[in-house]
Amino acid sequence: MSQLLVQEKEIVVPGETIAEGMDYIPSKGMYRSGEQVKSAHVGLVYIEGKVLKLVPLSGRYLPKRGDSVIAKVTDITMNGWIMDINSAYSAMLPLKDATPEYVEKGADLTKYFTFGDLVFCKISNVTSQNLVDLSLRGPGLRKLNGGRALKIAPSKVPRLVGKQGSMVSMIKKYTQCQIIVGQNGLVWLQGEPEQELLTIDTIRLVEQRSHLSGLTDYISNYLAEKCGPLSDEQHNEQVNDDVQETI
Amino acid sequence: MHNDVKQHAQKFLQKGLRLDGRTLLDYRSVVVEYGAANGAEGSARVKIGDTEVIVGIKMSVEKPYPDTPDAGCLMVGAELLPLSNPEFESGPPSIDSIELARVVDRGIRESKAVDMKALCITPGEKVWNISVDICPINDDGNLFDAASLGTLVALKDTKLPTYDGKSVDYHTKTSQALPLQKEPIEVTVHKIGKYFIVDPTTEEEGLVDARLTVATMEDGTLCALQKGGNHTVTLQDVETMIDIATAKAHELRKAL
Amino acid sequence: MYKKRFDGRAFNELRPISAKAGIIKRADGSAMFKIGDTIAYAAVYGPRDLYPKFLKDPEKGILRCNYNMMPFSGSGDRVRPGPSRRSRELSLVIEKALLPVVDLSDFPNSVVDVFIEYPQTDAGSRCAGICAAAMALADAGIAMKDLVVAVSVGRVDDQLVVDLNYDEEAYEDGPVADIPVAMIPSTGEISLLQMDGEVSKEDLLRAIGMMKEVAGKIYDVQKAALKEKYTKGE
Repeated sequence: MSQLLVQEKEIVVPGETIAEGMDYIPSKGMYRSGEQVKSAHVGLVYIEGKVLKLVPLSGRYLPKRGDSVIAKVTDITMNGWIMDINSAYSAMLPLKDATPEYVEKGADLTKYFTFGDLVFCKISNVTSQNLVDLSLRGPGLRKLNGGRALKIAPSKVPRLVGKQGSMVSMIKKYTQCQIIVGQNGLVWLQGEPEQELLTIDTIRLVEQRSHLSGLTDYISNYLAEKCGPLSDEQHNEQVNDDVQETI
Repeated sequence: MHNDVKQHAQKFLQKGLRLDGRTLLDYRSVVVEYGAANGAEGSARVKIGDTEVIVGIKMSVEKPYPDTPDAGCLMVGAELLPLSNPEFESGPPSIDSIELARVVDRGIRESKAVDMKALCITPGEKVWNISVDICPINDDGNLFDAASLGTLVALKDTKLPTYDGKSVDYHTKTSQALPLQKEPIEVTVHKIGKYFIVDPTTEEEGLVDARLTVATMEDGTLCALQKGGNHTVTLQDVETMIDIATAKAHELRKAL
Repeated sequence: MYKKRFDGRAFNELRPISAKAGIIKRADGSAMFKIGDTIAYAAVYGPRDLYPKFLKDPEKGILRCNYNMMPFSGSGDRVRPGPSRRSRELSLVIEKALLPVVDLSDFPNSVVDVFIEYPQTDAGSRCAGICAAAMALADAGIAMKDLVVAVSVGRVDDQLVVDLNYDEEAYEDGPVADIPVAMIPSTGEISLLQMDGEVSKEDLLRAIGMMKEVAGKIYDVQKAALKEKYTKGE
């Protein structure tokens, strides 16, 4: 007789038994021990029929091919840039994938990106040893001028982005800030100081309340209270960014 | 520091705002707790925003220094624990921890906060030694002010252990407090471009051109200074920074 | 004869325990664990890049623990700052106590650093450190098959006891054995076992049995503290 020991969206900790019996199927972040399905993370349990899913609530970013990330130049080599991607591993942005221009051997690469520059890139490859290659080939990928980067828990990125980018577009509409969310838990933003501070407060709220239901309504009420309701014009405005599509 | 970040911060400062939304001379909330370590003769926990420091004091009986045979000794140490900041490393004290300890030491020593003569037991032979140890738990900037405030509170919290002339019994504290005469408070004022701020976060510390730590006593007398950072300051800057520090010290005094 | 414990506890009774997760914001994961007058803080940084390079393991990340007493945390003289032979050994056994539950196979060549600090101690510091570190690792999102619980058991004179305090360790009127034990709560497997003092084999096994009985109480405190951090939405 199989039995669930937790409810949908319940928080579990490592070693906690989620279900007993062979009918339930564990997925990533869980393991089977005899008849029991146990958690390997602090996370939220989602139940999809007999399949149990676990969304970890913390943890560092693990690079994945195809992810769009915000990376920072930490070193420059003969044929590209070494980038910090807010994970256990640094990544390589090869010259050939960074610019369509022809660059002569030995050219000064700081003309393109220099130390500390933030670049929105795509992960083009990850080896079994987690050697990471980046690329700038793709819509919306570019150097991020000015602004600043904010760290959030990588596990909260999907909530901040929202369905088809709905959450991040809503925040942009209200605050008129530019926002780019990297899947590595870095968020780049730029705007007028007061608006930018409001954006940060909003992002922190999303992070704190990410596991509670009614998040979108809560945030839209919060923003409407701070900024006043959106004008029709703002409401219909196409948010000028291509990020949501790339995520 | 990267130019973009600096320019971005300047844009905020121009509007009288900081990257975290505070105004330029706004201190984060300060929480002071007397007694944070029961094995110490005196201790304190100071929180300034997310920055948290524990300071502990151990008293011991030592031979006095030959040049001050009738005075107790003071020793201030700081360890930038790798627990408190991903950039701190284990190992011998870094130059930053040495500067931190010495700046705190100077404020206490030069203000004559403790009557060292009263700590003499037998001149030339036995005196009380005060060992202050500063341990950051979470470093989100402004360790200087947090450490110095913590040290003052820990000194105020200290009760001497029992001493029978031969050995110290650490398990029996007396009711005797340290002979405190002054309460110096250190405030560090930071300069970014042409703007002055207090109580920076670690993010802001990366942008600072110059800083001046100012220790003041209750009556406003200065008792220690330390200029840091890679850039110069003008005489006018110094005057402004001292004024800011004095005013802020007055506010901080209320947290004691 | 040790008939009544110095602090009045039952022989199989733990000192009061409290715990809190996420106390150090700069860290990737952190926790405080307090048992009696012993307080351990643990901070986890990583997985992150590992130096020196020759330590790297291409198959999985490595775990590195660091036990350190604050200079004023002992019960007597000031403890000199910096590593000692004692603190290095304790760092090692703590690391071995935690390693069996930690899965770092997703993070080859990296390191997870665990820093444990004590503002005050009253015996049982390595065990409190293990409890705090296990919570901090979970808080950091490290894959783990379980938490780890730890507490000392032992003998004071002719009596077996759980969770010795300093006065009991220093008992002078008869033999004392101090036996720090770490256990993986779901399986009962032992990942730390040390002993100093004198004890018979039978008493040792009985003492470990007593540890097993209280392990669940420690686990419950750890679990509740972790859940509290994430439930509160902070």
